[in-house]
Amino acid sequence: MLRVFLWSGGMEYFIELFFSGLTRGSIYALIALGYTMVYGIIGLINFAHGEIYMIGAFTSYIIATVLSIYGFPVLAIVVLAGFAAAIWSSAYGFTIEKLAYRPLRHAPRLSPLISAIGMSIFLQNYVLLAQTSDFLAFPELIPDFDFMEPVAHIVGTTDLVIILTTAAAMFGLTLLIKFTRIGKAMRATSQDRTMAMLVGINVDRVISMTFIIGSALAAIGGILIASHIGQINFYIGFIAGIKAFTAAVLGGIGSIPGAVLGGFVLGLTESFATGYVSSDYEDVFAFGLLVLILLFKPSGLLGRADIQKV
Amino acid sequence: MISLKESKRSALVSLWFMFLTFPIMVIKVDAIEKTIIWRWENMFYVGFGSFILSIFGRIFFERQKNRREKQLSEKIQQHNLIQILLREPKYLYPLAAAFFLFALTFPHLFSTYQINVMTTALMYVVLGLGLNIVVGVAGLLDLGYVAFYAVGAYSYALLNFHFGMTFWMVLPLGALLAALFGVLLGFPVLRLRGDYLAIVTLAFGEIIRLVMENWNAFSQGPSGISNIPRPGLLGFDLTLNQAITYLYYLMIVMVLITIFVVNRLQNSRLGRAWIALREDEIACQAMGIDKTKTKLTAFALGATWAGLVGVIFAAKTTFINPASFTFLESAIILAIVVLGGMGSILGVILGAIILILLPEYLRALSDYRMLAFGAIMVSMMVFRPQGLISNVRRHYQYRPQKGEQE
Repeated sequence: MLRVFLWSGGMEYFIELFFSGLTRGSIYALIALGYTMVYGIIGLINFAHGEIYMIGAFTSYIIATVLSIYGFPVLAIVVLAGFAAAIWSSAYGFTIEKLAYRPLRHAPRLSPLISAIGMSIFLQNYVLLAQTSDFLAFPELIPDFDFMEPVAHIVGTTDLVIILTTAAAMFGLTLLIKFTRIGKAMRATSQDRTMAMLVGINVDRVISMTFIIGSALAAIGGILIASHIGQINFYIGFIAGIKAFTAAVLGGIGSIPGAVLGGFVLGLTESFATGYVSSDYEDVFAFGLLVLILLFKPSGLLGRADIQKV
Repeated sequence: MISLKESKRSALVSLWFMFLTFPIMVIKVDAIEKTIIWRWENMFYVGFGSFILSIFGRIFFERQKNRREKQLSEKIQQHNLIQILLREPKYLYPLAAAFFLFALTFPHLFSTYQINVMTTALMYVVLGLGLNIVVGVAGLLDLGYVAFYAVGAYSYALLNFHFGMTFWMVLPLGALLAALFGVLLGFPVLRLRGDYLAIVTLAFGEIIRLVMENWNAFSQGPSGISNIPRPGLLGFDLTLNQAITYLYYLMIVMVLITIFVVNRLQNSRLGRAWIALREDEIACQAMGIDKTKTKLTAFALGATWAGLVGVIFAAKTTFINPASFTFLESAIILAIVVLGGMGSILGVILGAIILILLPEYLRALSDYRMLAFGAIMVSMMVFRPQGLISNVRRHYQYRPQKGEQE
C-alpha cells in the first residue's frame, strides 16, 4: 500500500522538501510557543489555543479585505492586518483565560481541561456561524521579491518571510523572558506559584500576560500559514492546534527552546514523510509521532522529567 | 440586589465583548465581489446579551458565596429534590415503573420518526454510560472514545460484507474487538498523566478515522459501506417499521443491562478502586491497588460499550463511513457525561436525553447545537462542576447500638 520512493527526485527535490519542512516547522513553532508558555505557568493544555490562531487568521483576512476595498497601499494593509490580528487574538486569549480557566484554578485537574475543550468547540462554531463554513481564499499579502527569482521554484518568498518572521519572534521572546521584569516574573511563577505570590508578584497579571503574548504569537502564525496555504476555514485551528501541541511535547512541554526545536523536527518529518512516502497520511504521521514520543520519552527532547512528589 | 457599581461593571464587560466580537460578528466581507456587509445589529445583540449574562453571573456567584458561608456556619446537609426521590423506595419504585411503562408503550404511541430519534437518544445513553466509566468514575479523560465506536461499527460492516456474518454473531465480537483495542491503546498510554492521556486518545481517535478514510482496499474509504442488514429476529422477515421498533426494544434492553452493570460495578471492589484511583493515584498504589490493571479494566469496559453501540449503529443506519466518527462525536458524548454529572448514572441518562432530543425537536436551534455544547461544557465546569444530578457517594455511618454509650 505504501510505495516508498526514497531519494527519488534527486537533490533539488530534497532541498525543496527541506525548506517546505522548515516553513511548516516555523509556523508550528510559533503556535507551540503559546502552548508551552501556558503549560509552563499554569500546567494546563490550552485546547482553545488552536482556535485563537484561527481567529487571528480570520481577523487578518477580514481587516485586509476591508482595507484593500478602501484602496490602502499594500504595505499598510500588511502591517495593519497583522496588528489587528495580534490585538484581537490577544484580547480573545485574555478573555478566555478570565472566563473559562481562572474560576477553575483550584478545581481538580480534569475540570479546566474539559472547559478548554468546550471553549475550543464554542469558538469554532462561533466563527462558523458568524462568518462562513466555506474555505475562503486568503489574499497574497506578501509580494514576491525580485532577488528571490533564481531560487523561486525551491524557496518561495512567502517561505522566506515566514522563516525570518519566526526567527525574529523567537529572538524577541527570548529577550523578553530573559531580561525584562515581566519575563522574570513569568519564570518565577512557572517555578513556584505560591512562592512567587509571597515575594509580591501579581500572579494573576503574569498569567494574563502569558495568554496575551502566546495569543499574539499564534495570531502571527495564523497570518503566515494562511498566506502560505492560501485559504482559511473555521476548522484550521483544530489540526494546527494538535500539531503544534505535538511540537511542544516533542521538544519538552514547558521549555521554550524545546517548542522551537520540536516545531522544526515535526515540520521536517512531515515534509519528508509526505514527499517520499505518501501524502494521504500526512496527519497520521504527526499523530503517530506524538503517540511515539509520549510513549518513549514523555519529557520530550529538552524537557525535564516530571517527578511526582507526595 | 444589584448595586450601581455592579451594573457599571457589567456595562464595561458588555463594552469589552462588543469590541472583542467586532471583526468576526459585525464585518462580513466578500473578497471576490469586493463588498462589505456591516452587521451592526449583531453588535447590539452581543452587548445586550453579555450585559444580561454578566449580571446573572454576578448574582450566581453572590448566592453561591452566601450559601457556602451559611453551610459552614450551620453545617446542614442539603439534599435536593431528586436525591430525596432516589433515596426513598416509596417514591423510587412507582417512578421507575412509570418510566418503564412509558418506554414500553412508546413505539405504539408515536410515529416511526419519533421511534428512530428515541433509539438514537438511547444509543447515546449507553455511550454516555460507557464513557462515564472511563471519565466519570475512573477519572481518565478519553477524547478518542469514538474510535471504539468506529471499531464496533466497522467490525459489523466488514465481517458482514466479507463473511456474511449476522448481527447477533458480530454483536459480542464487536464488543470484544473494541475491548481489545481499548487494551491495546490503554496498555502503553495509561502510565501517562491525565492531560497527556487526553491528547494521546484524541490522536488515536483521529488516526483510526484517517486510516479508515484512506485505506480504500480495507474500508472502502470515504464512500463508506452500504447495505448493512438490520438485525434479524429468529429468521422472521420484518418490515421496515417492524425493524425500527425491534431496534428500539433492543436498545431499551441494552440500556437496562448497561444501567444494571454500571450500577453493580460502582459499588464493587473494582468500582471503589477506580474512584480511589481518580482521587489520588499515589495513595491508591500505597494501598496495594494495581494501578495499570485497574485503569486497563476501566478502559476496556468503556470500550466494550462503545463497541456494542457501534454494531447497533451500523445495523440501524445500514450505512457507515468515516465521517460519522469525527472528534465532534467524542465531544458530544463527553458533553453528555459532563452535563449530566460525572459518575452519576441518572445524570448521564438525563444528559443524553437533553442533548440529543432537544436539538432534534428544536429544529430552528439545530445550527446552534455545537455552539451550545461548547458553552455547556465551559459553564458546567465553572458553575456546576458536579453536573445536573450529582453522584452521591455511599457513606458509611457509625450508629451506636442500643444500650451502648454514645
